[in-house]
Amino acid sequence: MALAAVCGDKSVYGQIFSGKQARLFDRPNHFSFGTKIQEFAVPVGNEPSSFLGTCNREEGVRIELDHGTTTLAFKFRHGVIVAVDSRASAGNYLASNDANKVIEINPYLLGTMSGSAADCQYWERLLAKECRLYKLRNNHRISVAAASKLLSNMMLGYRGMGLSMGSMICGWDKEGPGLYYVDSNGTRLSGRMFSTGCGNSYAYGVVDSGYEEDMTVEEAYELGCRGIAHATHRDAYSGGSVNMYHMREDGWIKVCKEDVSKLIHRYREGMF
Amino acid sequence: MLSAQNFGESGKMKEYHYTGPVEHRFSPYAFNGGTVLAVAGEDFAIVASDTRLSEGYSIHSRDSPKCYKLTDTTVIGCSGFHGDCLTLTKIIDARLKMYKHSNNKTMTSGAIAAMLSTILYSRRFFPYYVYNIIGGLDEQGKGAVYSFDPVGSYQRDTYKAGGSASAMLQPLLDNQIGFKNMEGVEHVPLSKDKAVQLVKDVFISAAERDVYTGDALRICIITKEGIQEQNIPLRKD
Repeated sequence: MALAAVCGDKSVYGQIFSGKQARLFDRPNHFSFGTKIQEFAVPVGNEPSSFLGTCNREEGVRIELDHGTTTLAFKFRHGVIVAVDSRASAGNYLASNDANKVIEINPYLLGTMSGSAADCQYWERLLAKECRLYKLRNNHRISVAAASKLLSNMMLGYRGMGLSMGSMICGWDKEGPGLYYVDSNGTRLSGRMFSTGCGNSYAYGVVDSGYEEDMTVEEAYELGCRGIAHATHRDAYSGGSVNMYHMREDGWIKVCKEDVSKLIHRYREGMF
Repeated sequence: MLSAQNFGESGKMKEYHYTGPVEHRFSPYAFNGGTVLAVAGEDFAIVASDTRLSEGYSIHSRDSPKCYKLTDTTVIGCSGFHGDCLTLTKIIDARLKMYKHSNNKTMTSGAIAAMLSTILYSRRFFPYYVYNIIGGLDEQGKGAVYSFDPVGSYQRDTYKAGGSASAMLQPLLDNQIGFKNMEGVEHVPLSKDKAVQLVKDVFISAAERDVYTGDALRICIITKEGIQEQNIPLRKD
């Protein structure tokens, strides 16, 4: 439905929704600024997902969007550990080394961001708004399963249009600790451990080899740091610092923000 | 004089011998050059830009600054495609007025940044080719800088350079303001006069090495007293 609305297909849109909503199209002499309902502009005739690629071949024009990450999260006896790096790259240029890739939706829900920075920031901010509205309407906090379902349905509405987002929704609700992986293809999976981003294979290797269900909290913090640090060491598009959160029964806490180069030095010293 | 680097990629020297059929297509974008910089201090913010407007090998104007005043405490710097910069600033001005009429107060810098993020994202599939940096004072009176990518991802920084010479200026700012890659140096906070002098020096360096930056420098200094502007000449070649 979102895709049909965005492409301006009046026949489909007119049938599914009542006639008066069709007036909200973006006509050139009436610009409503997208304040009442969200509107997306689409290049005429082109496939939106390959449009930017064609523009980048023109003289001097280089539109590059911020990308790239490693994030990981795992459940264990004492809750959920979430660890992310903090690098944002635009093509070959490092736009930022201290980007914030965890969005604090409410004191019991966290979302991580990997892939395109703008897509993640926008849709997770929208998810935070929907979670808040849910709480106001229903007088209890939204469950992790429902929150992740909302996000995955938003992604499915724009499937095939070139969005790039890989996110983990972590929280603690009535069922206990919850961890869901949601991405821009519409995948939604519940699991015990996930890692996303271009450095995910390195993080999987490290965390898989050190994981135990009944680790202590300190061991879990150490494992999370190691996973991200080793991934940033080998992946060019990850780096900066490790931001780590611990989701407990009474809400999340921010554990640490450690520079990756210091961590690697510390691990090197332990090696020899 | 032609340097040895001028072949291969698009946007550099074209080959002058005929190679076969060439497809020409309309591009909705153009690159008009320009560099923007913003620095946040303890109780001030600085937004600076050069004033050259170019396209390809021509200079369209030597007096086209890229800083636009939004409110008494916020200035935005936009570089990239000039057409999109003009439209974007018009839309931001209209949205600021709408907010003032509905809420009876001026938008704060943080609110403008969040709003700009959604305005840019509404063009996710046909982006505004603009690199934005907002500089201003936050609600506590401290300096704030917000940097954006063309589709709306943003974060708050202490300093940021954007535009054609950004890759040259950012490492210099990292060293002088962020004290990166220096050992045993005392981290003194930046005073307003030192910051203004640093911005002038940094732009003079950019004008030396980037063809799209030069002509003049426009600096907007934002303090709680208001916005003060300075114009400094740069290399015109």
